[in-house]
Amino acid sequence: MSHNESLYAVDVADLTVAYRDKPVLWDIDMQVPTGVLMAIIGPNGAGKTTLIKSILGLIKPAAGQVLIFGRPYDQQRHEVGYVPQRGSVDWDFPTSVLDVVMMGRYGALGWIRRPGSKERQKALEALNKVGMADFAGRQISQLSGGQQQRVFLARALVQEASVYFMDEPFQGVDAKTERAIIVILQELRSSGKTVVVVHHDLQTIPEYFDWVTLLNVRRIASGPVAEVFTEDNLRSAYGGLVAFKSQAGTVNSNNMK
Amino acid sequence: MTSAQIEIQLIAAVVAAACALPGVFLILRRTAMMSDAISHAILLGIVLAFLVTEDLTSPFLIVAATLTGVLTVLLVEILHKTRLVKEDAAIGLVFPVLFSIGVILIARFAGSVHLDTDAVLLGELAFAPFNRLVVFGVDIGPRSLYLMGGILVINLVFILLFFKELKLSTFDAGLAASLGFMPWILHYGLMTLVSVTAVGAFDAVGSILVVALMIGPPAAAYLLTERLSSMLILSAIIGIVGAIAGFWIANWTDVSIAGTMASMIGVVFVLVYVFSPGRGLLATVRRRILQKWEFALAMLVIHLSQHENQPEAVNECRADHLTEHIRWNAEFARRVVRLAKHRELIVETNGHLRLTSVGHSLAARRVVG
Amino acid sequence: MEITQILHNLVFDYTLRTVALGSAILGIVSGSLGVFAVLRRQSLLGDSVSHTALPGIALAFLLTGSKAPLMLIIGAAVAGWVGTLFVLHIISNTPIKADGALGMILSVFFGFGLVLLTLIQKMPNSRQAGLEKFLFGQASALMVQDVVIMAILGGLSLVLLAVLWKEFKLLSFDPEYAVSLGFPTRTITIILTTILVIAVVIGLQTVGVVLMSAMIVAPASAARQWTDRLGGMVLLSGLFGVMAGVSGAVISSLTAKLPTGPTIVLCISVIVIVSILFAPNRGLVMRAGRNYRNRQRLITDAILLDLYELGVQHHDPYHAHPSSTLKVMSVKRGNILQTLRHLREQQLVAESGDDNWSLTVSGVEKARALADRAEEKA
Repeated sequence: MSHNESLYAVDVADLTVAYRDKPVLWDIDMQVPTGVLMAIIGPNGAGKTTLIKSILGLIKPAAGQVLIFGRPYDQQRHEVGYVPQRGSVDWDFPTSVLDVVMMGRYGALGWIRRPGSKERQKALEALNKVGMADFAGRQISQLSGGQQQRVFLARALVQEASVYFMDEPFQGVDAKTERAIIVILQELRSSGKTVVVVHHDLQTIPEYFDWVTLLNVRRIASGPVAEVFTEDNLRSAYGGLVAFKSQAGTVNSNNMK
Repeated sequence: MTSAQIEIQLIAAVVAAACALPGVFLILRRTAMMSDAISHAILLGIVLAFLVTEDLTSPFLIVAATLTGVLTVLLVEILHKTRLVKEDAAIGLVFPVLFSIGVILIARFAGSVHLDTDAVLLGELAFAPFNRLVVFGVDIGPRSLYLMGGILVINLVFILLFFKELKLSTFDAGLAASLGFMPWILHYGLMTLVSVTAVGAFDAVGSILVVALMIGPPAAAYLLTERLSSMLILSAIIGIVGAIAGFWIANWTDVSIAGTMASMIGVVFVLVYVFSPGRGLLATVRRRILQKWEFALAMLVIHLSQHENQPEAVNECRADHLTEHIRWNAEFARRVVRLAKHRELIVETNGHLRLTSVGHSLAARRVVG
Repeated sequence: MEITQILHNLVFDYTLRTVALGSAILGIVSGSLGVFAVLRRQSLLGDSVSHTALPGIALAFLLTGSKAPLMLIIGAAVAGWVGTLFVLHIISNTPIKADGALGMILSVFFGFGLVLLTLIQKMPNSRQAGLEKFLFGQASALMVQDVVIMAILGGLSLVLLAVLWKEFKLLSFDPEYAVSLGFPTRTITIILTTILVIAVVIGLQTVGVVLMSAMIVAPASAARQWTDRLGGMVLLSGLFGVMAGVSGAVISSLTAKLPTGPTIVLCISVIVIVSILFAPNRGLVMRAGRNYRNRQRLITDAILLDLYELGVQHHDPYHAHPSSTLKVMSVKRGNILQTLRHLREQQLVAESGDDNWSLTVSGVEKARALADRAEEKA
């Protein structure tokens, strides 16, 4: 890693986002150290997706700033990879798996230049990594939910970024795919990459992640899972809901103080 | 005013009201382009029925044309259900075929009669008073006034009878289905109304301007109200105003009546869009400016409440920090701080900002809201 | 007229050659660019653009007094663009959705266009304006200068499409991802919309305002059925556009009282219907065939399993049973005798005596495999 160790991979300061007149994120501060695997959690409507979309410049914030390795996002695009929600595209689009993965190289290619054999090679390697090498020539409408998610992951991998943002990558995928994805995310972390994941399942947080941000319009807490993933914080993020959840055994009580 | 002029205006007003009523549901159900498809496709029904009956006044024409309109809806749905094309493409595929067959049939077999392509697009509102309804030898008025009046009554009765069901299935089709209302029956009922209205209005204003009368007034009314009942009434009023204004402009300038009616509906829409008190352009701009300050105040108090009693407070809660982190320019930040002090939300000591109790409660309220 | 005669005329007859060339250009441009409108779910935008172009054509004539094709096309394009801007503005700033915005703008603009047309008709020498042909198209009125301008503008659009292929593809598939990669999607959208507007307006003289939208939607919808690749879809769609444009325009210019626009629309519609029914993989007929074969296989499998099950009960896998027994076991499995005969042809069952059926050696093997698989699943 050539980055200055003292810098955060992602540094969000005083970020406020409003849709029309209605604020959805208020004054968020969040620092993500380099090399962590972080979950963003919170109830529905907490602004999780909005947070990563505004970090990525997809939504214009009303105030605040976002730094990637100490510099504005515009200058650091090549350092950032993105896995949007699987449902955000039309999977009946006439294109192949390999083609979709190669789109991950478009940013590096810039305007007009076409992907060539080098891009193809990288895309095939990424497909191999996510266990989809046999599907390279397949039309994307023939994929299962889990396979679609793997393809999106492969597309982000070929971006060869340092920080990855993923929006609900485990949503509606089979158990096998979930395992495969988490293995890849953990590999990314071991190679010094930073991964930020919007996540739903509180139960798997301690097992999958080492860093967590709790969000509900405001930032409730952000830090190492062992310190921040507490019943108190969960209660202030989820309100009364979490008591119900921990009774039902959804939250692993061993990790609660 | 001559009696012909009065009759034309009466007919125009009735046509506009009859079109606006079902149009409200088209706008709310996001199927407005169906009116475009239906108003084109009915031409085929009219032509076919005319070729069979050889009588332009035969009621059979209306039945056949209405059926063609419903057939269009059905074909679009069947095509969409194959999942081979998306719904918007299905609409764009179906009506041009039916309309094309209609136009070709007119060109080849009916070219010499009143049914020509100009009539298809323009309608013949100016000639409507010449076509009288005579009962037992007594002239009781123009035929199309009775036709459109009848259609208006049908629309009114349908909407009044099924108001509750229509409302429910428009705003929550899922709930309506689960309550056993069978939304598809209402859907086809509504589409039949759209068809029969389009058929009646077609004669007066032509196919494309039926769309203007069905979509324009409800779209404008939608910017004025959110209540279904007021939207229905406002749509009818806007339609009538546009139609009568259009008639007079056409009268003075001697151009296409249907064209000026559509243009006037466009003008009314623009006026409503700019000046509507709730959703209009001016109101929105004014609200945005006001909200900009409210929003900035809320941001300031929330920012301060997030950072008070934190180690970084010394740095974060300073007036000169606002430009740096919240990214306000110095002038704007100064004015927000001044406004906040004026409202007694904060106090400033040596450039250090602190929340008052009023400020604290605002912060708590805004975060929840 | 003989086919060879038509072909001869296509090459040597001045009028026919002009008409065919013009329609071919219109077909290839609207076909290729229509693909992106259809994929971005903006199929009806073409309808709106073509209708909103009408007042532009009339204004261009009123302002310049010229009916030079370039002037009219510029007028049409500007009006089409303004209408599209209105539509987009209404969608993003009011609660009115795309369908309402499209319907209102197209009908109001068109109405205003009709007002201007009637105004022009009243002017002295108006009959020479010939603007009426823009309503339903008039292929036989195409002149060489029209075709030259269509070729230049259409060619330019296609070159832009080729150059920005990667960007258009990304924008159509995943616009948010395009933003995250740093592509200025607003600029790309503007370029794509502009060439779509050009594709629509260069066809207006031939197909007409009322039906031009079909040339955007139909070729692309047909092409989608035959291919799963964007490149293939654009090529096929362009080809379908050319086929429909040329055949429709030629038929109508050879026949009296046959308006061009509707004729071209009918030609492309035939292509759409054939594609939807008979395209391999996606076509309805092929799909029905596949479903039928699947159902047949399920029925045969069920009967094999029933015979096997009966055999297990009798401790003799080759035990024979009458078809009536099978009928009792099976619910809704179609014509059992017919299926048994079919199985006999495959030598999976044998008939001993009258209506007494038993599994063969390979039948038992197959049935056992099926039973194992069913168990695995459960």
